[in-house]
Amino acid sequence: MSVESGGSSAGSARATDGGRFGRGAEPPSEGKHEFAVIGRPLPKIDAWAKVTGETRYADDFFLPRMAYGRLLRSPHAHARIRSIDATRARALPGVYAVITGADLPRVKFGILPVSQDEEALCTEKVRMVGDAVAAVAAVDEETADHACRLIDVEYEPLRALMSIEESLAHPEVRIHEYGDGPNVHKNVALQFGDVEAAFARADLVREDVFFYEGNTHLPMEQHAAVASAGPDGKLTLWSSTQTPHYVHRLLAKILEMPAAHIRVVATPVGGGFGGKLDPFAHEIAACRLSQLTGRPVKIACTREEVFYIHRGRHPVLMWIKTGFTKHGEITGCHLRTWLDGGAYGSYGVASTFYTGVINPVTYKIPVYKFEGARVFTNKPPCGPKRGHGTPQPRFALECQIDKAAEQLGLDPAEMRKRILAEPFTKTANHLTVTTIGLGECIDRVVEASGWRAKWGGWRSQSEGASAAPSDNRRRGVGIACSAYLTGAGTAVYWNSMPHSGVIVRADRSGGVAVLCGATDIGQGSDSILAYLPAEILGIDPKDVHVHPADTSLTPVDLGSYSSRVTLMCGMAAIQASQRLREVVARAVARKLEVDPGALAFRERKVGVPDDWEKAVDFAQAVELAEAMHGVLAFAGSYAPPKRAGKYKGGGVGPSPCYSYSACVVELSVDEETGEIELHDVWIGHDIGRALNPLLVEGQVEGSVYMGIGEALMEGQVFRNGVHKQPSLLEYKSPTTLETPEIHTFLVETDDPEGPFGAKEAGQGPLLPVIPAIANAVYHAVGVRCDEVPITPEMILKGLELRRRGKAARVGPERIPRFTFKEPVVVESAFGQPADAIAVRPFAQ
Amino acid sequence: MKARLSLTVNGETHDILVPVHKTLLEVLREDLGLTGTKHGCELGECGTCTVLVNGEPVLSCLALPADLADAEITTVEGMAEGGRLHPLQQAFAELGAAQCGYCTPGILLTAQALLADRPSPTRQEVKEALAGNLCRCTGYTKILDAVELAALRMGAPR
Amino acid sequence: MIRLPAFTYLAPRTLDDAAAAMASHGAEAMLVAGGTDLYPNMKRRQFEPTVLVGLRAIRDLQGVRGGARDGITIGAGTTLSAVAAHREIIAHYPALATAAGLVSSPQLRNMGTLGGNVCVDTRCNYYNQSYEWRKAVGFCMKKDGAICLVAPGSPRCWAVSSSDTAPVLWSLGARVRLSSTAGERTIPVEALYRDDGIEYLAKQPGEILTDVLLPAADGWRSAYLKLRRRGSFDFPVLGVAVALRMDGRVVGDARIVIGAVASQPRPAPAAAAALVGERLGRELITRVADLAAGPAKPLDNTDFTHPYRKKMTRVFVARALASLAGLEPAGRPAEEVA
Repeated sequence: MSVESGGSSAGSARATDGGRFGRGAEPPSEGKHEFAVIGRPLPKIDAWAKVTGETRYADDFFLPRMAYGRLLRSPHAHARIRSIDATRARALPGVYAVITGADLPRVKFGILPVSQDEEALCTEKVRMVGDAVAAVAAVDEETADHACRLIDVEYEPLRALMSIEESLAHPEVRIHEYGDGPNVHKNVALQFGDVEAAFARADLVREDVFFYEGNTHLPMEQHAAVASAGPDGKLTLWSSTQTPHYVHRLLAKILEMPAAHIRVVATPVGGGFGGKLDPFAHEIAACRLSQLTGRPVKIACTREEVFYIHRGRHPVLMWIKTGFTKHGEITGCHLRTWLDGGAYGSYGVASTFYTGVINPVTYKIPVYKFEGARVFTNKPPCGPKRGHGTPQPRFALECQIDKAAEQLGLDPAEMRKRILAEPFTKTANHLTVTTIGLGECIDRVVEASGWRAKWGGWRSQSEGASAAPSDNRRRGVGIACSAYLTGAGTAVYWNSMPHSGVIVRADRSGGVAVLCGATDIGQGSDSILAYLPAEILGIDPKDVHVHPADTSLTPVDLGSYSSRVTLMCGMAAIQASQRLREVVARAVARKLEVDPGALAFRERKVGVPDDWEKAVDFAQAVELAEAMHGVLAFAGSYAPPKRAGKYKGGGVGPSPCYSYSACVVELSVDEETGEIELHDVWIGHDIGRALNPLLVEGQVEGSVYMGIGEALMEGQVFRNGVHKQPSLLEYKSPTTLETPEIHTFLVETDDPEGPFGAKEAGQGPLLPVIPAIANAVYHAVGVRCDEVPITPEMILKGLELRRRGKAARVGPERIPRFTFKEPVVVESAFGQPADAIAVRPFAQ
Repeated sequence: MKARLSLTVNGETHDILVPVHKTLLEVLREDLGLTGTKHGCELGECGTCTVLVNGEPVLSCLALPADLADAEITTVEGMAEGGRLHPLQQAFAELGAAQCGYCTPGILLTAQALLADRPSPTRQEVKEALAGNLCRCTGYTKILDAVELAALRMGAPR
Repeated sequence: MIRLPAFTYLAPRTLDDAAAAMASHGAEAMLVAGGTDLYPNMKRRQFEPTVLVGLRAIRDLQGVRGGARDGITIGAGTTLSAVAAHREIIAHYPALATAAGLVSSPQLRNMGTLGGNVCVDTRCNYYNQSYEWRKAVGFCMKKDGAICLVAPGSPRCWAVSSSDTAPVLWSLGARVRLSSTAGERTIPVEALYRDDGIEYLAKQPGEILTDVLLPAADGWRSAYLKLRRRGSFDFPVLGVAVALRMDGRVVGDARIVIGAVASQPRPAPAAAAALVGERLGRELITRVADLAAGPAKPLDNTDFTHPYRKKMTRVFVARALASLAGLEPAGRPAEEVA
């Protein structure tokens, strides 16, 4: 295998110690090199169920008397609902119930408190093709389907606005009545220092315009939910969701019933990527239909419906102006983004900020200005897809740096190394950065890819590209870097409670149960919840029984998003396990008549290392402890350090720590067909510490794969107001044949904020892939593709421009006429040292 | 129209009475309770619902049980022998080839057919054999590794 | 889950029974072999036959008979996998093995048949959509509507012939045998197709395609190149089939047929004629490729832009010819150009 893991803590002077367990937790007596579980490539605890087909996903639930539901969705992109008549549907034999918005409380909802703009079943207006207007429960899916076609809805079509420009050009047509202007959902502007002065200081100032097409998550599992309302008036929802807690909260609001009477269980999720992070119409309709019919009701969405549910990557148009010194240092950066938000708010306010706030985490950018606007259109709503709002500006920045490197005659790998952000400092926009392993990531991929020989200096355009294996194909390499957050510093609703909670309970068998609200979406969070207690308690992960994601049973975890789970659940699990360990240690110490601090926990025993034959079995140790203490159940809580910048908007962007990635891509471009063939991807990722390198590599490889799809073929495009290709055949997801060999290098920086030093892996490694591909295409054929996906047609257009002696650039030509609001002006915090001690709630 | 059929799945024969237009996918999941067979599109566009019919990978979403009266059908539930996992299952678990696990049953069965036909495939041959199974989690890397490991363990002469 | 509409299923064991079933049920009945084309279309409600006549149980439709010396006969029910893996076909009719092996995915080729691919429904990205989608965008004349959404002023349907094997069989001079209660007839494959997206087959609804007959290989060489976004799953959005026979050092005879650029495969006779009597060099190839691209008239109803598909016609014809001339660089076999 080509995968390599490990590495030193290069690039990160440690500011504080105690990093191995995170601050506030007692380190165990074992040394770092003696971990029994951490750092080992163990199978996931749910691997056996998954390879035998035993894992039960939401659609695998079949309950007695269960009815099957179906939603009727709007065929209009924008229309007023005149009337809905379900008489014919209700009369169909086998139909148990038909509901419309009139059968639900008149409350609007949305994942963010500031964007409460959705209805499960639209009552007055539909805002996109695919908006739900009615729901049916019937004896089987066929009958439900048939009944939907018998519901008569009278619409008054309204003008559909299908692009940013169209929405801004038609303020008289309003998709929503709220927002920061007609069809403008959000308008933000932040300024940290004087960018104009920074540009004046620069040797080179570049202005570039980029476009990043929207795309969707495309989990292989289609969304599904089963609701069961009991005769006691309580309700249970099993759903393929990444965030049972938010669904729980919002169901209480939407159904106007006490949250205490609702139980939400997240079933194992067959792929999420951010697409299962909102409360959805099918979940709500299943609940209401179950209440009305007294039967469990399942609604399993079709693939086409999943495209309408969406909440995926925003199409973003970007203007970026950056000043560089002749050595490649950045003097300042000004970024403008326009997001095509689709029909609803979803996470869009956060997405808007994310298009601006993370770029400064990677390189030294002393002065920074960001303006962003999210515009409503009559398309499925965009939201958080893997990388949430950051792949688009990352694409812009990394391509612009490549262009600047060429103008300055610098090696783009060297140039990036020269301008890396400083560990344990603050960025211009007041984000606190801890460890940075990016320099080593660059070194690793540069070395492994043979970058220097393959890149070989900038070629003049007339020179053309290097010799390729055949006449028509030209080979090229490209590099890009990125950073991403390890969990958001704030919840989607303001509160002072933990972001993650874990209960660890030991029983007399020597087994340990771990209860946590986190949802395993394939990333392995259940396994992390077994590894960490196993490490601390000296038992085998197999001895740990993980009970995840059940709002009646498990402490709240906010959900599987923003790469927060390993860090936040992990820290909570460590705290809970430590508390259990302390009590067990006290009990064993009393029996062995030794100091509790002298005890080691390993090999399912507790004892003094020098006198190990007297060590007691863990199960016996638990009995001793239970006799002394009572029932052994301990809680751990985690909330991130309070580091939000003290300005409006400062709540988006802070994270306990940031992961870093560097990527080199080698590809060939066929100059006759414009087709691109990827050969190899080398990716270095600063993971802090790999709790399980196998799982980290899997996250990195999956991120690279998804980045490849976004760079070369995936696009959520519309025609005549309708999604052009809502199918797995025509929405192009790469197969084995388009996926190159991926070489992963893990760099460990042992971050003081993470559990055992770990950072995120699930999203960040996607980011550099897209610009690395664009940069490699330029290296191969001299065509700048300032737009993704990069299609063969674009390549040919660029080559044609070159032949005609014009600039071989393909991309957006103009930016919208738009007035951003007056910026919030704040002093740049660039270069300030990180606070010596992070204030983290619940740490003691 | 309902049909009375005998369907042999994982070596067990089931006598069933089902509407003739129910696909094999639907019958396996809804009538036989074999929910290990998943589905991602039901239109033959993803490979998720792959099962083996007489050892060959086919799409259960496009197969009619009425055509399969004499066939041996294998689903993921039939891969292990007794309590012993198939080497592919073992390798997929060990190498982290299943992330969300949803495409895994279809991929395992496709790979099983490949190894039965070609005990020591090249990486390119594995890629080609699995080109009809979409996976969104893994980037296929660990899947290809796991198929190669299983082939090795199954003792194919190299 | 998206499901099939209800139907009555008949599974005759003989061709006569199948023909009789089709005759007795008339327009309500449809034939199905592998089901890989029809069932997705039925699930999307493009077709709602009340009777399906399944051909899988008919032994006479299976298998490959004969040899390259006198020509071979391929039962229409032979799977695409079997065609792609057949030694005689690989050796003497390589373009057919290539084309069959490039259809969709491995699983689908294990189910789909040669006959099914020859008769595959024409495709259009306004048509191959669910009932709800088509309702949202407005139904088209191919199903439930009155106009063509690709060319709204047009009186006809422009759905695209999307068979990989059809242009190859045409270029190879293949014939097909059709059987019905009225008897049997054998026609050249080109006579099977009509230039209409709806009535794209010249066969009677009750007629069953039973065999594909390939003439003696007789020195013919062939190649097939397919354009699509991915190396798997995707239908062709351009297919180039070239067959030629050398007469000493010059081309003795040639046929070029372009797939997936119209409602039926498009022959390029002028281009083929320009090859005859000439040596296969780069200049000739360039000239012939330009000629061949003429008949390709793609519209904007598949993946990729239609100007790109048109442009690629020339490139692919040139590459197919170059590969047959042995001019194509090594390490880039024809089937990899996808």
